[in-house]
Amino acid sequence: MISHKERLAKGIVTGCASVAIFAICSITIYMILKGVPALFKVGPLELLFGTVWRPTGSNPSYGILYIILSSLLATLCSVGIGVPIGVMSAVFLTEIANKKLASIVSPAVELLAAIPSVIYGLLGMMILNPVLFKLEKWIFSGSSTHQFTGGANMLAAIIVLAIMILPTVINMSVSAIRAVPSSLKQASLALGATKMQTIFKAILPAAKSGIVAGIVLGIGRAIGEAMAINMVSGGSVNIPLPFNSVRFLTTQLVSEMSYSQGLHREVLFTVGLVLYIFIMIINFVLLKVKKKGELHA
Amino acid sequence: MENIIEVRNLNLYYGDHQALKNINMDIKKNSITAFIGPSGCGKSTFLRTLNRMNDLIDSVRIEGSIKIDGKEIYDKNTDTISLRKKVGMVFQQPNPFPMSIYDNIAYGPRVHGIKDKKTLDKIVEDSLKQAAIYDEVKDVLKKSALGLSGGQQQRICIARALAVQPEILLMDEPTSALDPISTLKIEELMEQLKQKYTVVVVTHNMQQAARVSDDTAFFLVGDLVEFGSTKQMFSYPKDKRTEDYITGRFG
Repeated sequence: MISHKERLAKGIVTGCASVAIFAICSITIYMILKGVPALFKVGPLELLFGTVWRPTGSNPSYGILYIILSSLLATLCSVGIGVPIGVMSAVFLTEIANKKLASIVSPAVELLAAIPSVIYGLLGMMILNPVLFKLEKWIFSGSSTHQFTGGANMLAAIIVLAIMILPTVINMSVSAIRAVPSSLKQASLALGATKMQTIFKAILPAAKSGIVAGIVLGIGRAIGEAMAINMVSGGSVNIPLPFNSVRFLTTQLVSEMSYSQGLHREVLFTVGLVLYIFIMIINFVLLKVKKKGELHA
Repeated sequence: MENIIEVRNLNLYYGDHQALKNINMDIKKNSITAFIGPSGCGKSTFLRTLNRMNDLIDSVRIEGSIKIDGKEIYDKNTDTISLRKKVGMVFQQPNPFPMSIYDNIAYGPRVHGIKDKKTLDKIVEDSLKQAAIYDEVKDVLKKSALGLSGGQQQRICIARALAVQPEILLMDEPTSALDPISTLKIEELMEQLKQKYTVVVVTHNMQQAARVSDDTAFFLVGDLVEFGSTKQMFSYPKDKRTEDYITGRFG
């Protein structure tokens, strides 16, 4: 009887595990089947490197280069801002702050991760966009060529993304720094290194692979984010300059999927496929980084 | 021989618990001094007062005086950076940084501001030679120090400590995590090191103390029970408790 129960239990856990495998496989197949045809109907070069997005006119054009560039650039810039702040915050939490202060800051960071992205978008619309609009009016006063966006632009998206990736970067960095054996810290101090030298020359290098994993996760979060940046970035397809209204791979789908049809709809799936490939690459890199970290540990 | 370390009426408390009781000790220059005693007797704690590594623990309170080269190290104005540069330390577990062998040795000189490549090369080579490991690693200096055996790692750690040119080398049970052959190598190394440095070593292993040290201090629950020449202590211990310990009756 026991062996019967054993077999049943084994069957149940195996079945549950295969749900995830089935999901990832079917999503991948579905995205490829739906995303690839348009690539050849429009032409890969024209689609991926075309700059004109006019899906509904009598002479439609489906160039998504600006959309890809917007996504990549916004991700890169937000990571460039968010990562130094995140890593320094982690250093503060683990090495500088006393227990009392850390016990206030840590939950705040957790809370930051728990806030739904629509709230970030809302705050961005209410606070960030008006400020950026003032800045925009000041910078482009007298310009006859600039198309005013009301502050809803690339820069707003970058700032919102930078804040949104903070908890990911901070939490991963904090665990990586905590995992560094205290014997390394002692070795450094015993050599006459100062506290700051010890942090930056011994502890952070030893925590490198964990911190890099946090950065890669942050990149994944930034490139996959849709709602918050849809609310603050204006939403027209433009070359990604700081004060231009822009559209991203994610927001492209959000804004057009509901009314698209025919080839337009198929091209949107190609956009989704491009995003999916980016995410896959990021996860692949993450796996490599983690493996490398294990080898060194 | 002149004294390099002079300890007077040293008391150390962890919170309410007194871990060292009225310690007085003179340590001679260019000698090897061994601290022995059962676990928890305070020998490691005492070792760590000599380069102020106990400062890292919040609840520690220290009274009394420790002079190194005639200078009070618990003075308000003492710079712990230069103290720790002068008083190097080797730990129980080999703890090389997860970087190349070269960068491990160059770490200390670099944090003290040496940037010149040639100077660093020279320091790295000299330190590795002094730690008797140069021949084993000279072709793999750019490889990770973590790839070495435990005994090699410990000699890398000794080389790393020597690279900042200390006067005193504190060793906290440096061989307790090593195999007998590596242990022997480190003991031979200690003999050579005392030509240039003053070595203070904590050890669990009484034979080790008897083999390598010039002077031995026996600690028991925070008291310095007996301190004197190793030869004398291991042949004619003055205190009954010392005799019991070194003859293996407890500990």
